[in-house]
Amino acid sequence: MSETPGISPLSADHQEPLRVVLAKLGFDGHDRGLKVVARTLRDAGMEVIYLGLRQTTDSIVAACEQEDADVIGLSMHNAGHLTLAPRMVQAVEEAGLGVPVVIGGIVPAEDVTVLIEAGVAVVLGPGASTEEVVAAVRAAVARQSPAR
Amino acid sequence: MVETMSGIPLDPTYGDGLQPGEYPFTRGLYPTGYRSKLWTMRMFAGFGTATDTNSRFHALLRAGGTGLSTAFDMPTLMGRDSDHEWSVGEVGRAGVAVDTLADMEDLFAGIELDKVTTSMTINGPAAICMAMYIAVAEKSGIGRAHLGGTIQNDILKEYQAQKEYIFPPRPSVRLVTDLIRFTTAEMPRWHPVSISGYHIREAGSTAAQELAFTLANGFAYVEAAIAAGLEVDDFAPRLSFFFNAHSDFFEEIGKFRAARRIWASWMKDRYGATNPKSQMCRFHTQTAGVSLTAQQPENNIASVAVQALSAVLGGTQSLHTDSYDEALALPTEKAARIALRTQQIVAHETGAASVVDPLGGAHFVEWMTDEMERQANEIFDHIDQIGRGSMLEGVYAGIDDGYFVGEIADAAYRFEREVNAGRRIIVGVNEFTENDDDEANLLSIGHATEEMQIKRLDQIRSDRNDDAVRASLAALVEAAGQPDINLMPSIIDAVQTYATEGEIVAALESVFGTYVETAMV
Repeated sequence: MSETPGISPLSADHQEPLRVVLAKLGFDGHDRGLKVVARTLRDAGMEVIYLGLRQTTDSIVAACEQEDADVIGLSMHNAGHLTLAPRMVQAVEEAGLGVPVVIGGIVPAEDVTVLIEAGVAVVLGPGASTEEVVAAVRAAVARQSPAR
Repeated sequence: MVETMSGIPLDPTYGDGLQPGEYPFTRGLYPTGYRSKLWTMRMFAGFGTATDTNSRFHALLRAGGTGLSTAFDMPTLMGRDSDHEWSVGEVGRAGVAVDTLADMEDLFAGIELDKVTTSMTINGPAAICMAMYIAVAEKSGIGRAHLGGTIQNDILKEYQAQKEYIFPPRPSVRLVTDLIRFTTAEMPRWHPVSISGYHIREAGSTAAQELAFTLANGFAYVEAAIAAGLEVDDFAPRLSFFFNAHSDFFEEIGKFRAARRIWASWMKDRYGATNPKSQMCRFHTQTAGVSLTAQQPENNIASVAVQALSAVLGGTQSLHTDSYDEALALPTEKAARIALRTQQIVAHETGAASVVDPLGGAHFVEWMTDEMERQANEIFDHIDQIGRGSMLEGVYAGIDDGYFVGEIADAAYRFEREVNAGRRIIVGVNEFTENDDDEANLLSIGHATEEMQIKRLDQIRSDRNDDAVRASLAALVEAAGQPDINLMPSIIDAVQTYATEGEIVAALESVFGTYVETAMV
């Protein structure tokens, strides 16, 4: 167990570990999966900025700017993904951040296509292995900014 | 006379030594167990508008369900109205939307509230929902004393696991004890708190942690109620528990048996309860939602049946069986019916209900019961120590210093790594994964619900008497500022003016403040 890491902006040097902001948006309090993902990504060498519960698109955008994040990971378990995920993508675009948004949690198959069309980089379903999670995050960042 | 399928007559129980119904109730609360009263088949339901859920309630009652259990949507659980900015996309999705008394009236329309027992799964705003339920019943001429049921009202596990808190822990526990005091005085058939390990387990704890954290929370409420001036034997008979039935069959049975033994001995020895009912750990059980697989969803029917059997062999008083399609969405009506049928098969075909504690005396089961108790005792020692001899203070301290969330997250990560490494097999997930492309038909809740609910809320806001609303909220704020005043009467007054849940919560927040969790991984 550790506290959220402090603020330490990193260069865009590709040797630096990926910086991942993880958050739950809105009311949804299911944080088991997100905490497992946080530890998984940390064990894979990434810098995890864990914002935790009850975040807004604004607070996530602010954290990304402050932390110079490479990717945003959101976990959704309350069937609000069709509303919330596109909002996050839009907020990232409006802020000109250029970071991919990865969604994990409970998303029915038919909604995955909708989210991808709305600009979500990857949707990770229940049962995704830790290797799949790590690979998907790396791939999402690589697609967004090939330099990394 | 009870006989086996082949005609062999059966006694209610077997074995020498401790009998079911005898302190410390390891073998069960009652000498004749399910022979005298089968467990209540209580199926959790709630989605869309109150009218939608009301139809599901009627369907479950027609199908032989014997109790209602209400799931509320996230805005309701968090104490916010359907038109709150965060409610967008959440209204009616994961449960039923309740903003005002009018919604509660629709929710229970056509149901005789003195004939059923109702469970309401809500915590932060529990006092408000309780007030609405009382107001609905009294409008239809049923006095509050005739209402039977349970409200979850277990705020401590929200900070530890489920995270649906509103106010900080101490004022929240005041609301819990206010409700305990209120029902103790006026609602003899009501269970004012259902001390819940279910969510602790779902969040990733081990079986022993679920057992220990839950019972520790129970001790904390007992201490809080005693501190509020109640005698232990006045309220303890109405406390109840809610456990998870997970997949490790014998570990679960050991957990249920240990829960009864630990509760009985602590209530008697530490809190001086002399009424045997105060010493009885009565519990509801739900099969483990977290064990449901999105892959090959029909497999879940088998897992749920085995989990349900562990709850029955463990002596549960009521049971919810999960529907096979719930890994991905709320259950369809068909899936909910199969889940209920699963309980009925366990109850009426397997013989599991014929004999009390049929596994009692089995070496492994007795050992597992002892082991669960031993592990729980280690945890109680820690909580007692950080609380300097008070379990209530120990639980507050463990919330403040991240002990509970840390332990749960550690256990969840350990489990995930075991699954990922293949050391633990989950059928259809990391083994036996061929032919896993079956898709269940899922229940989907459209946007229409949200629009309808917000329109309805607007209508109620314009129809009601705003002066009465303002006056009732001002009185509530005034009462909240005085710790010795029971807030239930003021909350009942407020809901009767059709003040919204969000308005009532905001009034209380103005005095109590809002809880913000420290983010920890």
